[in-house]
Amino acid sequence: MSESLIFSLIVGASVGLAAGYLGSIMVLEKMALVGDAMSHVALPGLALGVLLGFNPLLGGFLFLFVSAILIWHISRVTKLSFETLVGAAFTLALAIGILLFKNLDALEAALFGDIAQVTVLSAGIAIAVSVAVIVLTRLIYKKIVLGLISEELAISKGISIAKTNLLYLLLVSVTVAIGIQITGTLLVGFLVVTPAAASRIISSNMSRYLALSATFGAISAISGVLLSGYFNVLPGPLVVISGVVIFVIVLLIRWRKKIES
Amino acid sequence: MEGSSDYILRVSNLTVELQNQIILEHVNFKVKRGVTLAIVGPNGAGKTVLFRTLLNLVPYTGKIEWAPDVKIGYVPQNISVKDVPISVKEFLSYKSSSDIEPALTAVKLDTKDFQNKTLRVLSGGQLRRVLIAWALIDNPNVLLFDEPTVGVDVGGEESIFFMLNELKQKRNITMLLITHDIHLVKEYTDELLGLNKCATFFGESQRIAEPSLQQRIYGETVCLGET
Repeated sequence: MSESLIFSLIVGASVGLAAGYLGSIMVLEKMALVGDAMSHVALPGLALGVLLGFNPLLGGFLFLFVSAILIWHISRVTKLSFETLVGAAFTLALAIGILLFKNLDALEAALFGDIAQVTVLSAGIAIAVSVAVIVLTRLIYKKIVLGLISEELAISKGISIAKTNLLYLLLVSVTVAIGIQITGTLLVGFLVVTPAAASRIISSNMSRYLALSATFGAISAISGVLLSGYFNVLPGPLVVISGVVIFVIVLLIRWRKKIES
Repeated sequence: MEGSSDYILRVSNLTVELQNQIILEHVNFKVKRGVTLAIVGPNGAGKTVLFRTLLNLVPYTGKIEWAPDVKIGYVPQNISVKDVPISVKEFLSYKSSSDIEPALTAVKLDTKDFQNKTLRVLSGGQLRRVLIAWALIDNPNVLLFDEPTVGVDVGGEESIFFMLNELKQKRNITMLLITHDIHLVKEYTDELLGLNKCATFFGESQRIAEPSLQQRIYGETVCLGET
C-alpha cells in the first residue's frame, strides 16, 4: 500500500465521519442541496491556488469560509433562504472556477479528487479538523434540532438561531474544504447528504441517526479510496458509488422488515 | 385586601407592531396567582403574538410586569416533528436532563416504553401531553398554553382538560390558555380576556355563555374603554 493511499484513507475516514455527522442535520433541515452546492463555491479558490502557486485547498477553504459568512448575512438582511442564495453563488463560482483553470489535469483533480496529492500534512489537518467539526456539531445540534421542531421553544430557551446557523454553515465549509482532496468539489456534497439519508431511513432516535450517519460516511469514503487505489482511478466517483450501495442495502433491509411485519 | 404580590402578571398599555402592522394595541389586564385565564378571540386577533410578547420574543411598547418569583412554562400550538427521528426522552432532555420522569408522570405518560417512542408516531393527544411535560420540567408556576386541544380527538380533549385542572390543584400553577373552546372556558377557567387586537372583554369566564358577550368577542370589535 502506497504512502499516499494510507494518507488518503486517513483523510477519507476523517472526512467521512465528520461529513456524515454534520450532514445528518442538513438532511433534517431539508438543506441537502445546500451542502452539495456549497462545495462548488470552492472552485475559484482552488484555481487561484494553482495559478498563484499557493496551496489550492487553502484557497478553496477561504472562498468557502467567506461565501458562508456572506450567504448568512445576505439571508438575514433579505430573508431569502440559504437554498436560493447558495443556488445563485454556486453557478457563479463554477463558471469563474472553470474559466480560471488553464490546466485540464488540475481542473479534473479539483472536480473529482486526487489521492496522489494527499500528504502527511493534509492527513494531519483532516484528523484535527474532523475532530473539531464533530465536537462543535455535538455542541450545536440540539439547538438546531429544537429550532427545527419549534422556533418558539428554541428562542424561549435563549437559543440564537441566527448565530447557530452561522456556526453550522462555517462547519459545513471546513468539512467540504478538507473533503475536496478525496472526492473533488463536484462530488464532496455527496458525503454530507447520502450517508445521512441512508441513516434517516432506519433511525427512530437522534443518537442512532447521528451515529449511523457518521459511520456510513466513513465507510463510503474508506471503500471509495481503497477501490480507487486498487483500480487506479479517481476516488470521487468510487466514494459516491460505495455510498449509494450502502443506501440501497439500507433500503432493502427496510423493505424486508416492512414485508416481515 | 389585595396586595401587589397577589398578582403574578400585570400588563398595561401593551402595543405590538410587526412589519408595520399593529397586532396588539393598548392591551391591559392582570392575572392573580393560581387563576386560570382564558384568552379568546377570532383568528388573527393577536392571541399567539400576545404569548410571544409575554415570553419576550417580540418587541413591544407598554409594560409587562411578571412577579419576581415567576417561572414560566410554555406549550406552543404547533411543533414540527414529521421529519425528525427524535424520541420522547431525547426531546425532553433538550430542555433539561433532570426531572424528565416526574414531568411525564404528571401528564400520565410515564412508562419506559413510551419514553423511547418516536415523537412523530404519537397521537395528537399524546403529543400535547409531551409538550405539557416539556413545559413542566423546571417546575414552572405559570403555564402559557396555546390551544390545548388542537389536533386532539373529542375524548382526548376532556382528559386534557381534566389533567390541566389536576395540575392546577396539585401544583397551584397559574394558567393562561388561548382557546376557541367555549366548553373549556366555561368549565375549567376562572377569568376571561377577549382579544381582537385590543382587549374586548376582561372578567369572569362564566359569562362566556352570554350570547351578547360572544357577539362582543367574536363580532364587531369594541375595545374596552371605548364603550
